[in-house]
Amino acid sequence: MAETTAQPELRTGQTLTRPRGALILVGVAIVLMLLQYAGLLPAALFRVPEAVVPNFAGWLDAIFNFVKDDLGLLKLTRFLTEILQAFLDTTANLLFGKRRWPSIGPIPWTAIAAVAGVIGYYLGGWTMALLAAGTFVWTALIGQWKIAMETMSVLVVAAPSAFLIGLGLGILAWRKPWVDAALKPILSVLQTLPFFTYLLPAVIFFKVGPTAGAVATTIYAIPPMILMTTLGLKKVSPEVVEAGNMSGCTRRQLLFHVYLPSARTEILVGVNQVIMLCLAMVVLTAFIGMPGLGAKLLAMMGSFKLGRSFEIGITIVLLAVMLDRMSKAWVVKQPEHFEKGTPWWKRHLTLCLAAGAFVFFVLVAQIIPEAGQLGRTQNFSMGKELDNLIKGFLDIGAVKATTGFLRAFVNVQILIPFRNFLLSIPTPALILLVAAFALWLGGRKQAIYATLFFSLVALSGWWDRSVITLYSVLSAVAIAMLLGLPIGIVAARTEKWSKRILLVCDTAQTFPSFVYLIPAIMLFGITDIAVIFSILIFAMVPLIRYTIEGLRTVPEEMTEAADMAGATRMQKLWKVQLPLALPTMAVGFNQAIMFAFFMVIIAAFIGTQDLGQELQRTLAGTDLGKNFVLGICVALMALTFDLTILKWANDQKKLLGLD
Amino acid sequence: MTTKPVISCRNVWKIFGAHPERYLAQMAEGKSFDQIREDGYIAGVKDVSLDVSKGEMLVIMGLSGSGKSTLVRCFSRLHEITGGSIEVDGQDIMSLTEKELIELRRNKMGMVFQSFGLLPHRTVLENVAFPLEMRGQDKHERRARALEVVKLVGLEGREDYFPRELSGGQQQRVGIARSLAIEPDIWFLDEPFSALDPLIRREMQDEFLRLQALLGKTIVFITHDFDEALRLADRIAIMKDGAVEQCDTPDQIVLRPATEYVRKFTEDIDKARVVHARVLATAETIGEGDPVDAKATVQDLARLLVQDTRDVIPVAKDGTVIGGMNRTEALEILLENG
Ligand SMILES: Nc1ncnc2c1ncn2[C@@H]1O[C@H](COP(=O)(O)OP(=O)(O)OP(=O)(O)O)[C@@H](O)[C@H]1O
Ligand SMILES: [Mg+2]
Repeated sequence: MAETTAQPELRTGQTLTRPRGALILVGVAIVLMLLQYAGLLPAALFRVPEAVVPNFAGWLDAIFNFVKDDLGLLKLTRFLTEILQAFLDTTANLLFGKRRWPSIGPIPWTAIAAVAGVIGYYLGGWTMALLAAGTFVWTALIGQWKIAMETMSVLVVAAPSAFLIGLGLGILAWRKPWVDAALKPILSVLQTLPFFTYLLPAVIFFKVGPTAGAVATTIYAIPPMILMTTLGLKKVSPEVVEAGNMSGCTRRQLLFHVYLPSARTEILVGVNQVIMLCLAMVVLTAFIGMPGLGAKLLAMMGSFKLGRSFEIGITIVLLAVMLDRMSKAWVVKQPEHFEKGTPWWKRHLTLCLAAGAFVFFVLVAQIIPEAGQLGRTQNFSMGKELDNLIKGFLDIGAVKATTGFLRAFVNVQILIPFRNFLLSIPTPALILLVAAFALWLGGRKQAIYATLFFSLVALSGWWDRSVITLYSVLSAVAIAMLLGLPIGIVAARTEKWSKRILLVCDTAQTFPSFVYLIPAIMLFGITDIAVIFSILIFAMVPLIRYTIEGLRTVPEEMTEAADMAGATRMQKLWKVQLPLALPTMAVGFNQAIMFAFFMVIIAAFIGTQDLGQELQRTLAGTDLGKNFVLGICVALMALTFDLTILKWANDQKKLLGLD
Repeated sequence: MTTKPVISCRNVWKIFGAHPERYLAQMAEGKSFDQIREDGYIAGVKDVSLDVSKGEMLVIMGLSGSGKSTLVRCFSRLHEITGGSIEVDGQDIMSLTEKELIELRRNKMGMVFQSFGLLPHRTVLENVAFPLEMRGQDKHERRARALEVVKLVGLEGREDYFPRELSGGQQQRVGIARSLAIEPDIWFLDEPFSALDPLIRREMQDEFLRLQALLGKTIVFITHDFDEALRLADRIAIMKDGAVEQCDTPDQIVLRPATEYVRKFTEDIDKARVVHARVLATAETIGEGDPVDAKATVQDLARLLVQDTRDVIPVAKDGTVIGGMNRTEALEILLENG
């Protein structure tokens, strides 16, 4: 990382010892490595011997079993399952006609599309109406209505649950400092735990299928709702609260009539995040056998049916974009006033229109069955044709040569040697290297955490797989930087392109991570390089985004000063803009690493030898302890980077006076 | 104005900082504002004692940051005070339970906020009706009442607007209307007219004067505008660095400033417009001839003072002579500000 050497004059005397300390650590690590390569290092120092590895998994299993059986948690969760099941059955009946109470479904697809259109129009005019209705029409016509509705039936239960629980906990945390203190560490761990660790407990406690899926999805989406709620409540202007107090509000009245409505914006931003996280997760619950879009995509990709995968990918992306745009439009939508004497129906035009459209299409469906449900063969899916098209494209000489070359060259010349190199480093040496990195960028505290976290990983007994995970993450992020930074830098030059690329990034960020596998598999088949590729495009999004943001927010007078000093464009970029943008870019870099850790586990589906693979394997069984150990390994590695890089970014921001 | 005080505060302190109570308890006597600040605390209100009687209009003045808003917030217990005691209607408000406090605010107190404090998600009408709603008043009644006061502050036709659709002055009028809606006995007005144009400002002043005279409301009024203060005030309290430098009638403040600061503060005021004949009258010598009205200011009497030749002019209140005014003394006041 060349960036820290870029401005030596900014470093203070105290930090001078940090690089030196880091250097010593690196030195020790190199000595260890040399000893290893010379064959002089005892085996116990190369890897933690099997015999020393504590049986974490066994202990965790014992704890789980205790909680589950002896404390009767299972009884409680089974009871909750019943309730949840009732809700899910209801939505399942309404949306895709599962034979359950209230037995009136399925609602005609035309009716759903029409209502979505009306809501879209209310929130964002004709374009939004088109997007909303169009998404549903596409889904129906392409023949994915049922699986999409299976996914939606879980979403419409999970998202409101996450909203209510998050809101409740957020209010509690805001009101009671001890709740806040208790929640904070839990939330930060929850946010770095890979989603796979949510899945298995959900299965064990809530049965396989939609209920477990709904539970995992709900839990996954709660943290941001809590954070946004407390944020919003804290931001309510004190004078508004005082006005409420002087009006004689009781505490309840104050909360419901003053605080919550005044925090509307933040709460709605929370709603947007809840919806998006729910969608991302609900697709992933395919791994625990939740039927729906995710499961279908998994199956299609598994059997290499690229055309169909592609179509499902589009459906998922459309759904994501629609839900994101609509909920964001809701955030900025302000209530409007009506002139005196506006009739009732005009005041509630949206409601009337939606109800009208709904009734109309339900009636139409009675006469024209196609408006209600499309048959198995009545769709416009071009799966086969697309398949051939894609395969044909890949067979074109030039394309084949390129992907073949990439596969061969990058894999054989760079990736595999790098991986083998990482694996050849003795465990203590690698820990020292990571600690050196943390010391150099973060400080002593970060170095201690890094050592502690990686030592735990070493003791977990999954060291080699962890190193392979690390290798995937690092190589993907490195390549993402090579590609993403130039794109960001070039785009940041003009306002117009910045906006465009940011829009693309924003949109791409709403896609459920699963979707990123599709192009990877299309281009590279089921190979190591496909894994790297999918991680790489996923991780590139935050890199580009923060590069642009960092560069665009460099104060104008500074670039102008550089102009006046006669700097060339290049000089300006290197000497003024990049150093100032670095802290922000580091945040993007950090996010890229976090995203990569997240994606590497999903990409394990393609077939790798890292932790993800093992994690996916545990899902098939009831290996809860192992599942947690694996999940925690990923979390620990991710946390090390998170702590170090964010500390550096904050330090730099303070140093540069940007905060 | 000799009735029992409605608000009576003794040695009230409000200190902002990490551990204000502990700090106040161990603080050495007589620390200045700056010394307290050096210790990392801010004395929002510093050892204030004053009484407000029923039906009185007390105007608080002082530079920005002198603690006016903080003092008023202490009166309404929006701030928990750090030391001293505050009694409202003879009851120590710091000892009130939450329920009693809510009752007090619902029935007795009203406040207009410096930056309005309107609820952003409610229309003008709903904002105005908010205190009534909190009291659980019937929907139609509160609507009728809200419409009435909205009309009073001249916002007719904008009942269904949201605060963000209104200008600053209009928003301020919504805040005024909201406090008018419940007609409280005690009114706290924190720069209530700062955003209003002179015309409406005058109307509003008249409205409050009318209410005060008609219904005997007690009003604590913060303003930066001396003219406004003179028009309204029974007494003026001048604050500096959290402390009340002087609290007295306008006449006394300009005639006999208690501190150098008050003298400076009131330097630019045309005293002749402030001082009344009543204040200048002494019982020692009554003088002869036609009396002047006790309520007349020196300025009102300017022509007479210059043309008259008497040394002492009798002053009469409601037709009975209460004393004599020394003409030279009055003339000096007249000439002082040229
Ligand atoms: N909640 C608070 N926390 C900390 N300090 C405060 C708080 N409220 C007020 N202060 C401080 O108390 C002092 C008095 O503030 P106050 O708002 O009472 O001034 P003011 O006389 O109303 O000024 P203005 O004319 O500008 O409204 C100021 O120094 C202010 O910074
Ligand atoms: Mg103030």
